[in-house]
Amino acid sequence: MSEREHTDPSFFVLGADHHTAPLETREKLALSPDRLCGFQQQIEKLSGLRELAVLNTCNRVEIYGVADSPLVIDRLQEEFCTACNLSLSQLEPIRHLAKDREAVAHLMAVASGLESQMLGENEIFGQVKSAYQAAQVRHTVGPVLNRIFQKAFQGAKHIRTHTAITTGQISVANVAVDLATTIFGDLKSAQVLLLGAGEIGEKTAVALRSRGAESLTVSSRTLTKAMELATRFGGAALPFETIPVHLHKFDIVVCSTSAPGAVITLFTATTALRRRPVHPILFIDLAMPRDIEPGVGKLENAYLYNLDDLARIAEGNRAARQAEVAKARLIVEERAQTIWKLIDLSSVSPAHGRPDASGRLTPQPPLPGLDRGASSRST
Amino acid sequence: MSFSNDRLWLWLGAACYLAGFALGTLAMARRKPHSRAVMYFIVGAGYLFQTMGLYLRGAAVRGCPLGNQFEILQFTGWSATTLYLLVGATFRLSLLGYATSLLSAALAIVSLSIPSLDATRRVGIFGGNPWIEFHAALALFSYGVFALLSLTSALFLIRHSSLKNKRLSGAFAFLPPIVDLDHICLRLLITGVGLLAASLAVGSVWWFRDTSIVNLSKLLITAGIWLAYAIALALRLGSLLLPKRLAWVCILLFAAALVSLWPIDASRNIGPKAQSTADHSPI
Repeated sequence: MSEREHTDPSFFVLGADHHTAPLETREKLALSPDRLCGFQQQIEKLSGLRELAVLNTCNRVEIYGVADSPLVIDRLQEEFCTACNLSLSQLEPIRHLAKDREAVAHLMAVASGLESQMLGENEIFGQVKSAYQAAQVRHTVGPVLNRIFQKAFQGAKHIRTHTAITTGQISVANVAVDLATTIFGDLKSAQVLLLGAGEIGEKTAVALRSRGAESLTVSSRTLTKAMELATRFGGAALPFETIPVHLHKFDIVVCSTSAPGAVITLFTATTALRRRPVHPILFIDLAMPRDIEPGVGKLENAYLYNLDDLARIAEGNRAARQAEVAKARLIVEERAQTIWKLIDLSSVSPAHGRPDASGRLTPQPPLPGLDRGASSRST
Repeated sequence: MSFSNDRLWLWLGAACYLAGFALGTLAMARRKPHSRAVMYFIVGAGYLFQTMGLYLRGAAVRGCPLGNQFEILQFTGWSATTLYLLVGATFRLSLLGYATSLLSAALAIVSLSIPSLDATRRVGIFGGNPWIEFHAALALFSYGVFALLSLTSALFLIRHSSLKNKRLSGAFAFLPPIVDLDHICLRLLITGVGLLAASLAVGSVWWFRDTSIVNLSKLLITAGIWLAYAIALALRLGSLLLPKRLAWVCILLFAAALVSLWPIDASRNIGPKAQSTADHSPI
């Protein structure tokens, strides 16, 4: 009796992520675009694999699909090991495999950011969407994946809107930007000074830019370095020695130098604030050791936040998000149950999704009433 | 109680303001921002009820209802709400509606709950002179502006404290940006000083004609309040008064202005043209 005559199709997810795989292993799992393409071409040829979508991010590699039998999933696992240069015994302890309703719940949890390293982060939703669209382009999704992905997107959106898992910033750079908006509101006209060319300072500058800050000035002990960074941000560079003279012109000062002592002293800040008495300055000290004397924070119109302060706020926001996890998981479970009831794997013809002569999975027609928004966007 | 009873409408207005306050408090407890449109609607409904109540009272006393402490408090709350409804949407302050509903509810409930404030109802206190009535209404309207100014000043101080103490989550997350609050305080201060100056200018025309019509203590207190606000404004515009200190000054000055209403009101008792009535029965 052939394998196809005894089909027991299931929707599954097979993969590994940051929960189980350490960084070194994730480095092996991460598929470059070329490797990903080769891997997909390989697995699309697998007999009994009806539908397929691959999610490949820095923290997770997951294969969502519809397989005729557990044997197909085993073969897929072997192909995955080959693509990642891992042995089966190496993959076994870090892989996660879920089927049917559990796999639906997992997809929704991933898309809503519940499974992310930074709980509730936004990027993952777009990454899952991209993975789905890429699968559409490759014609490897059919009625089952179409429906499950689109319902999972709806569920993820619902979770993001109706729970607080995305509220508050949880990265130091974004917390700093939130802080700036708390003081200045619109950042469009805010004058930003970036002191030092440290990585975290640069990230903060990027975040400030993305939230509308137009005027950015960079100053570093090495002027060429400052000029390089200023060119990248489309801003101006300022000689380091002239900072005390120009400090009063800036609303937001981000410090991340590696100077051994204070770069902005109490005297410098007091002098600057005297020249702009009714306009506040936000000092963000991201350096270690600190660049700004702590006494600056006591000046009436100065608001000083150091790395610890920002980390504490980020941690508080993270805790607030964490408190919403149970509520979000409940929604995931309820919705996964509902979605799974809509899926009828037995109605999918075994012929469907079978690789054609060229080794490619045949495209699947959508089920009636399916939201084709994402599909039409990709075409 | 009939619909021609002014206090019924004023109670309805107070209930709406209280509902606005409850909505804002509930939203804060849930850590979610309240709908500004809903708040605007609730405060707007309260404003309509209050306007109706003041209109009925005005018809009964044959003039702008500013004859006793009850009417003065009601009119001050009404003025603050008028300003919120006129400019609140453009201020884009998420908590301004909440703060206005709190202020108006407090003024309305206090005035309605203390019978002695409305014990003496004076009829025709302006002697049929529309200019004096305009002067008084304008002065009280400026007090409404100062009331709103004291509220935004309080919001400024809370925001300042939250930033200094690095507490940004919970209810503090709903506070507007501190620079916006400072700008609004300044605009309200300019508006209030301008309105009170106009009121004093109108009043002074009649005072110069007949100095006996105005009690000297009332004149000194009102002019003193205006002068204090004007000095605060000048210092702020000259960058000599920092935003935090200005906020404190505005709160203290409004408290002083509110307290000063009592001697001003009392001075009317010796005014020559007012008729008094102790009739509390529904109009």
